[in-house]
Amino acid sequence: MLAYIIQRVGQSALVLLIVGLVAFSMFRFVGDPIDNMLGQERTAEDIDRLRAQLGLDQPFVVQYYKFLEGAVQGNFGVSYRQGRPVAEILLERAPATLELAMVSGVLAILFGIALGVFTAIRRDGLLANVIMSGSLIGVSLPTFLIGILLIYLFSVELGWLPSFGRGETVDLGGWSTGFLTESGLKALILPSITLGLYQMTLIMRLVRSEMLEVLRQDYIRFARARGLRDRAVNFRHALKNTMVPVITVIGLQLGAIIAFAIITETVFQWPGVGLLFINAIQFVDIPVMAAYLMLISVMFVGINLLVDILYFFIDPRLRADRSGGH
Amino acid sequence: MADPVLSIRDLSVEIPTRHGIVRPVDGVSYDIAAGEILGVVGESGAGKSMAGNAVIGLLNPPAHISKGEIWLNGKRIDHLTGDAMRRLRGKEIGMVFQDPLTSLNPLLRIGDQLTETMLTHLPISRSEAEKRAVAALEEVGIPGAAERVNSYPHEFSGGMRQRVVIALALCAEPSLIIADEPTTALDVSVQAQIIALLRRLCRDRGTAVMLITHDMGVIAEATDRVAVMYAGRLAELGPVRDVLTHPQHPYTHGLMASTPLASQGKSRLHQIPGAMPRLDAVPDGCAFNPRCPHATDKCRQAPVPRVSNGQAACWYPLVEEKVI
Ligand SMILES: Nc1ncnc2c1ncn2[C@@H]1O[C@H](COP(=O)(O)OP(=O)(O)OP(=O)(O)O)[C@@H](O)[C@H]1O
Ligand code: SF4
Ligand SMILES: [Mg+2]
Repeated sequence: MLAYIIQRVGQSALVLLIVGLVAFSMFRFVGDPIDNMLGQERTAEDIDRLRAQLGLDQPFVVQYYKFLEGAVQGNFGVSYRQGRPVAEILLERAPATLELAMVSGVLAILFGIALGVFTAIRRDGLLANVIMSGSLIGVSLPTFLIGILLIYLFSVELGWLPSFGRGETVDLGGWSTGFLTESGLKALILPSITLGLYQMTLIMRLVRSEMLEVLRQDYIRFARARGLRDRAVNFRHALKNTMVPVITVIGLQLGAIIAFAIITETVFQWPGVGLLFINAIQFVDIPVMAAYLMLISVMFVGINLLVDILYFFIDPRLRADRSGGH
Repeated sequence: MADPVLSIRDLSVEIPTRHGIVRPVDGVSYDIAAGEILGVVGESGAGKSMAGNAVIGLLNPPAHISKGEIWLNGKRIDHLTGDAMRRLRGKEIGMVFQDPLTSLNPLLRIGDQLTETMLTHLPISRSEAEKRAVAALEEVGIPGAAERVNSYPHEFSGGMRQRVVIALALCAEPSLIIADEPTTALDVSVQAQIIALLRRLCRDRGTAVMLITHDMGVIAEATDRVAVMYAGRLAELGPVRDVLTHPQHPYTHGLMASTPLASQGKSRLHQIPGAMPRLDAVPDGCAFNPRCPHATDKCRQAPVPRVSNGQAACWYPLVEEKVI
């Protein structure tokens, strides 16, 4: 077990190094921040001074090393645009994105699994077929369109929910949360549905097909032949086996939710890191872009690592194979 | 003789298909008494499993019982559905499947699978069920049962897993066991042990057994009576010794001649020419007539009467001296 985890952590570190290289390369090859930071009236000294101040005059390898050294400590330099430390800006923005992603993820997982199980157990039922057809819409409509439709319906026509922003937030020791105010909660509804719908339908369709496969297995037939109740057969025996392959995908989808938050945050003007990133692109604010890339990849890698470790607790066969026993 | 545990009367199973209705089980009748082992033989596709599934109420739709009756311990069960039938499964009728590698849930400890089954059917406490789970494993010959209850299926060999499957099938003490080719997937070396185990447990408890198999050696060793199926119908039914040594039905005769056990001493295995008809093309009259060396016009036209014990479904049953 320990060897396995060390191996996986090593792989994760390698992935992060490579992403770090890509992120860092942007400093060299994308635009020239000096152009953006200094207006039209600039002198050659101004440029040199700023270059030195930003460390842009040093060799590539040294800069990369410094970048990594800083990144490990959470130091991504200073935003070209805002002139403040990137880490500070990200920390300010992170709660908005994380809360949105969390609500979307929980919705997607809960409803995805529940509907997947339902449509698998009642595969020939009318309602199950309606849900399956409806899910095609969820998979095929682009996220921004779903967002705009929801805004049109619930904000413009019905006027029930806000169409942009986070509503009121409460500051909890540096973490600004929208969970504690009514307007904050209301503001979460449309964006989290927009963000989570695609993942929910994906999870649902996957759970359904895996579960149908599992329900065909001999051990399910044997469980029925032993007279176990439908509830035990479906949930204890079938669902658990269904979840083994589904968990990986769920993990990837959680990562995707955080990444796709860019679109949803733009549609709803949600003040999270995604919106920050979009604005950073417009201004070629490379430290912010690089830090955002690193942040997203750390989350992807972290979630994957968690998923792999989770496998150990779900599937006894892995425990045996990997630890070399039996 | 006391009432049989299982009594099947004129049972038919039908499946609607694109090419019309097929009848994988067609007018089959037999009884199994307490403590008796009935062997069911026949070519692949003869309807052996289908008949067993009909008894335990696990036919896959659209297959369904279209005719006949099934009686278990004096109660009629063929019309039971849903929860009423579920209560019988495991409690009154146990089932052992062919492949022990796939019949156990890989994610649950075998002890949990045992206690779960007992707690579903028996009015006992969890700790009592746990105690009985260990005893059940001991009974089927699993060494170190007290620790092994905590093992997962993949930690057992194939033969040991089939012992676990048998323990599971028997743990709520059913009066009938349906064993559908319980040794086909196993190593030859452990097949005999598993059959001996099944036989001993059922004899001790007076459990009736429907033992579906292709193995004439198993039939000869373990069963009391044999039912021979052909194209969904019962070709012959009788005490094992009679059927093996003096088969009355030409199909049974061919079947015996084509198995190594019965042909010892002969230089070549005798093969029945042709193949069993597809279910959507069963010939008129006797289903075996295209392959039968004794077939006459009568066989090709008149349906043969259904058999009862000690009989063959044949217009011209073989007598002892007759040689093909
Ligand atoms: N859904 C179906 N539609 C049509 N025919 C079917 C269907 N399912 C099974 N059958 C037919 O039912 C017949 C009986 O099958 P069954 O499994 O009972 O045979 P068996 O005697 O157990 O054979 P084996 O020795 O291979 O296990 C087979 O001929 C099979 O082709
Ligand atoms: S009834 Fe006729 S065709 Fe059928 S087995 Fe007997 S002799 Fe052969
Ligand atoms: Mg079969």
